[in-house]
Parts: sequence; structure tokens; C-alpha cells
Amino acid sequence: MKKLASDYLVYDEVTGKYHEDPEQVVRDDVEKHYWLNVARTVLKDWRLYLMLVPMLLVFLFWRYFPMYELLGCFKIYDANTDVADQAYSGFTYFIELFRGDTPISIEFWRAFRNTFVISFYGLLFGFPMPIIIALFFNEIKSNIARSVYQVLTYLPKFMSTVVMTTLITMLVRQSSGTVGIQMGVISNLLYQLGLITKEVGDAGLLNNPGFFRAIYQISGIWETAGYDSIVFFAAIIAISPTSYEAAQIDGANKMAQMRYVVLPSILSTVVIMLITRIGSLLNVGYEKVMLLYNESTYITADVVSTFANRTGIESTNAAVLQGISSSAEILNNIVGMLLVIGANTIARKASDVSLY
Amino acid sequence: MKRKLEISELIFKILSYLFLTVFAICCLYPFLYAIFSAISGREAVEVGQVVLFPKDIQFEAFKSMFTNNMFWNSYTNTLFITFYGTLWAMGVAILGGYALSKKRLLFRKTFNFFLVFTMWFSAGIIPQYRNYLNTQEVFSDLGITDDKWLIVIAMGMAAMNIILLRNAFEGVPSEIEEAAIVDGATEMQVLTNVYIPMSKSTIATVALFFAISRWNGYFWARRMITNSNEHPLQVFIRLQLENFKDSDQMAGWNKPYAADSAIYALIVCAIIPILIIYPFIQKYFAKGVNMGGVKE
Repeated sequence: MKKLASDYLVYDEVTGKYHEDPEQVVRDDVEKHYWLNVARTVLKDWRLYLMLVPMLLVFLFWRYFPMYELLGCFKIYDANTDVADQAYSGFTYFIELFRGDTPISIEFWRAFRNTFVISFYGLLFGFPMPIIIALFFNEIKSNIARSVYQVLTYLPKFMSTVVMTTLITMLVRQSSGTVGIQMGVISNLLYQLGLITKEVGDAGLLNNPGFFRAIYQISGIWETAGYDSIVFFAAIIAISPTSYEAAQIDGANKMAQMRYVVLPSILSTVVIMLITRIGSLLNVGYEKVMLLYNESTYITADVVSTFANRTGIESTNAAVLQGISSSAEILNNIVGMLLVIGANTIARKASDVSLY
Repeated sequence: MKRKLEISELIFKILSYLFLTVFAICCLYPFLYAIFSAISGREAVEVGQVVLFPKDIQFEAFKSMFTNNMFWNSYTNTLFITFYGTLWAMGVAILGGYALSKKRLLFRKTFNFFLVFTMWFSAGIIPQYRNYLNTQEVFSDLGITDDKWLIVIAMGMAAMNIILLRNAFEGVPSEIEEAAIVDGATEMQVLTNVYIPMSKSTIATVALFFAISRWNGYFWARRMITNSNEHPLQVFIRLQLENFKDSDQMAGWNKPYAADSAIYALIVCAIIPILIIYPFIQKYFAKGVNMGGVKE
């Protein structure tokens, strides 16, 4: 609310007159010259500000301009005109997606559900694994042995998604009856252990919708669990040995030491990592899904990004579907962003730990 | 005097060794299997006899790959993208991170938000795709028709890496900077002679993050590079796997090695450079993760 000039008048008892509050005069003056001062500071320090320019441009061109393209979600798509000049269509794409009775909206809901399920399983199985590994690393007191374990378990993280998925595809490949080629070595192992039947193995595990999520999660743990344990391990080795000794003198066994010494010390790290994880809950690595799934596993494997890519870029009538698939993705990303902000706020309220 | 291990501690210790050994073997085995299969004889691979050791060793699969021009071509392309991509991204990130690390920078919070927001929200694949198509057009208007430059310049920037650099620069004591300025150093000299040498390990780590992501990049390279001569290695591998799937049922395979071996040989070639430098860079990565705390 704008204050009236009379609000700043101060009554002087000695002279019996009103005069202007001197602080306010200074404040007005600063305000009046604010942008002038900014310009003066920037000019004086122009080298520093010049250094920012490339970064700002890169982010503007290739991170924020795509966001401008999102305007297309509310417009009738036309490949030949600029987004700004296209005719508005309102919320038609979103309504179309929410209907739930057209093929494309059924497909969208399936993808949306899958995104949630895949990331939820990732949280459930993938998140505790690095913590457990870090606890175990802490038990290995020999430096050489620990280095060996670390080198081996970090290794898969450095391989590209393409290499990993190619390897996975080959390890669980289908057999080929006509030329007598066996099923993949992992399938074979599972078959020998009696976990799958020969038919399932022969058909190839990646062609079976029932196995996609398991393969996705297990390979995810294989790829990242070792490397992700670094953070937790660093938190654990920061615990002073005297804490353990004190607990031992008090007669704490291993479980009690875990409960009362280790857990409180790594809690803040765990919270931070959990926030990050929840924040990227809907940000399923589409590259990996894209490289592993095929038509027969869409039921369990298709996530929103892959759905958008398939309908909006790869399909034969992509030009028509671009608006709607882009809308689908944006719904996903907005929910994802709300999750990050929500998780961060909760964490800040509950403890003094927050990420951003 | 050394304290005797309590029984619960002993059990936990044994459990640790056991679990880590099993997990380490699980991590390593698929790669070993790839190597074994790449060099085993056709019969052994097809019938599934290769499990723990290679059998009937042959090197034909490697030989035929090394004589394939497309393979070397894609390797060169990947090296090109990795080298220039890392150089460009590092240049931008160091300058930006340095400026952001200065408390005297006006609108510092706004600039930080400008960065961090891109970590929260992304426009999605399709708007990005359309944006890259526009960029491609602009680039070709400027006379840059080689799509590798599009990959190098337009892609791969990560806000997280800039924040890592900013945090490292913030850690340099300001007295040193003041001393340099008193000695008459310009802003650029302060950066190159004071800040960069003092945050060498962070810079190495961030450069490695960029390099690895460049080496491993696939999706946009596949989308944006239409000329198959410019495909990087990852795209080449994927295309080989797709061809292999298509021809899986074909009985006319008449090479001395199994069709699988060809794919495995390719995988081995893709991972060998990383395996060679991995022991040297591993410690930097461990460090980088621990620096990952974001503050504002």
C-alpha cells in the first residue's frame, strides 16, 4: 500500500512545526538513483559481468527458449509457423489427455502410472541399497581391500546407458531355435535355478512385460548403488571413533551402535539424498527405458517421456500429435517440480536440512 | 590393549565381507562375460558354453571390427565431441561459476535462481527437439553444417556443475584475491592465476563429469545427427544392436565367430578407454560427489 506524504511528516515539539523525516529523504533519494547506481556498478566492474554472459546465453538459448516453445501446448500446432503466431486452442490438449477414453489418453494414463510405479520402486529398492553398502564398506578396515571393493562397485556407473542396455539385452536375449542359439546367460542362470521356465527364457526376458520392472530396477542397482554409496560412506567415516568407544563402554552391541551412533550422524545426509531422490521421482531416465523397451512391453515400461517421444517425434503423424504429447510431458514435469519444492519445504520445516 | 570384538560385531563384519564380495562380483561379471564371449569360438558362444572362461579363443570378431571404417569413424566423432564439448562447457562454466562466486555481484540471487530453476523444471523432449531444430537452422545459416558442433555447443551444459565450481571458488580466501588486486592483477588474471590453481581438483572433477557425459551421450546425437558419417560411438553401437536384432533369425551367418561375439566385441571396445583411465579418475569422482552440497 502506498503511504501518503503526510505519514512521513514528523512533529517537532520545540518549533511546533511539521518537517519531513530525514531518513525518508535519504530513502527516496536511493530509490530514485537505484538503477543509475546499478548501471554505474556494472560499468565499473564490467569484466566480471562479461564473464557471466556466455553462461546466461547458453541457458537462455537452450534451456529457457524450449520453455517458450511450451506455448505450443495451448495452440493449434502448425509446423510452418512460429509458436507465437499459431492460433490459440485453449486447453483442448489437456482435456483430450484427461478424458481417458480415447486411445491416446489411455496410453497417456498408462505412461503416467508407469512413471510413478517405476520411480516408486526405484525409491523403495534403489534408495536403501547405497546406505547398506556404505555401512558394509565401513566394516572393511583394510584400505587395500576396501579400495578393491570400491573400484569394482563404482565401475558400472561410468559405462554409458547404451553400453549397459546393450549388455543387458544380450545377457537376457531370446534363444533362436532355427540356428540353435541358446538364451542369454542370465536367463539361463535363472532357468537353472528354477526361477523361470524354459519357454519364458527362450522368448527373451525383455519381451516379457512381467520382467521389465525387475530388470530395470536390478540393473539400476547394479549401475548406481556402489557409486551412490560414496556420499553415505563419507558421512559415516566422519564419525569420530570416540563415539563408538563410548557406546562400547556403555555395552552397546552392533545393532545399538548402529541405532544410536551411526544413524543420527548420517541422518542429515540421508534426508538430503532423499529430497533429491523424491525431487527426481518423475524424472525417470527416459534414455534407459527407451533403449530397453519394445512394443511387447509398453504395458509396464512406457513412461511419459518415452510416450511423448514416440507420439510427438517418432510416429508417422508426429506433426499432428506434437501438441498433445508435449502437453503430456509438461504435466509430468510440473508435478515433478511441485514434488521437489514440496519435499524441500517439508525437509526445511522438519529439520534444518534443505537442499536449495 | 585391543578390545575383543563382540559377537554381534563379528557377525556384522563377516556379513560385510560376504555381501560386498558377492556384490563386487555381480558388478564385474557382466563385463568379464562380454570379454569372454567376444573372444570365444562360434560354437561355444551359440550353445552357451562360455560361462566362467573363454573357450576356443579367436580374435576374428575384433579383427573384423577393426577393419570396419564406420567403427573408427564413430570413434573419432566421439573423441571430437568429448574434447571440444568438454572444452566449451568448461570455459562457460568456469567463467560463470567465478562470477557467481563473487559476493559483490549484483542480482546474485537472481542469477543463481536462473541456474537452479533449470534443475527443477525442464520443458521436455519435444520443445527441446524443436529448439534444437531451430538451432540447427541458425547454425547452417551461419555456415556450420557439421551437426557435431550442434552437439558440442548447444548441449551438455549442467547447472549442477556450475554450482560445484561456484562453491569451490567461494572457498578461496578473499585475502588472496585482494593481495593480487593490490599487485595490479586484472579480473582475468585473478581467475587464471589465483582461483583456477587453487581449485584444481574441483576443476578436474567437473571436467571429468562433462567428459564422461559427452562420451556417453546418445539420445540427442541419434535424433539430431542425420549423416551417418557423423554418428558418435554410442549411436553406432545401438544401430549395430538393432541390426543384429533384425537379423537374429537369419541362418545365413557364415562368419567364424558368433553374431553375439560381434556385439560383445563392440561393447568391449567401447568400455576399454574408460577402463584404462578409470583407476586414475576414480578418486576425483568420489571427491566430486562429496562436494555436491548445494547452498544458496
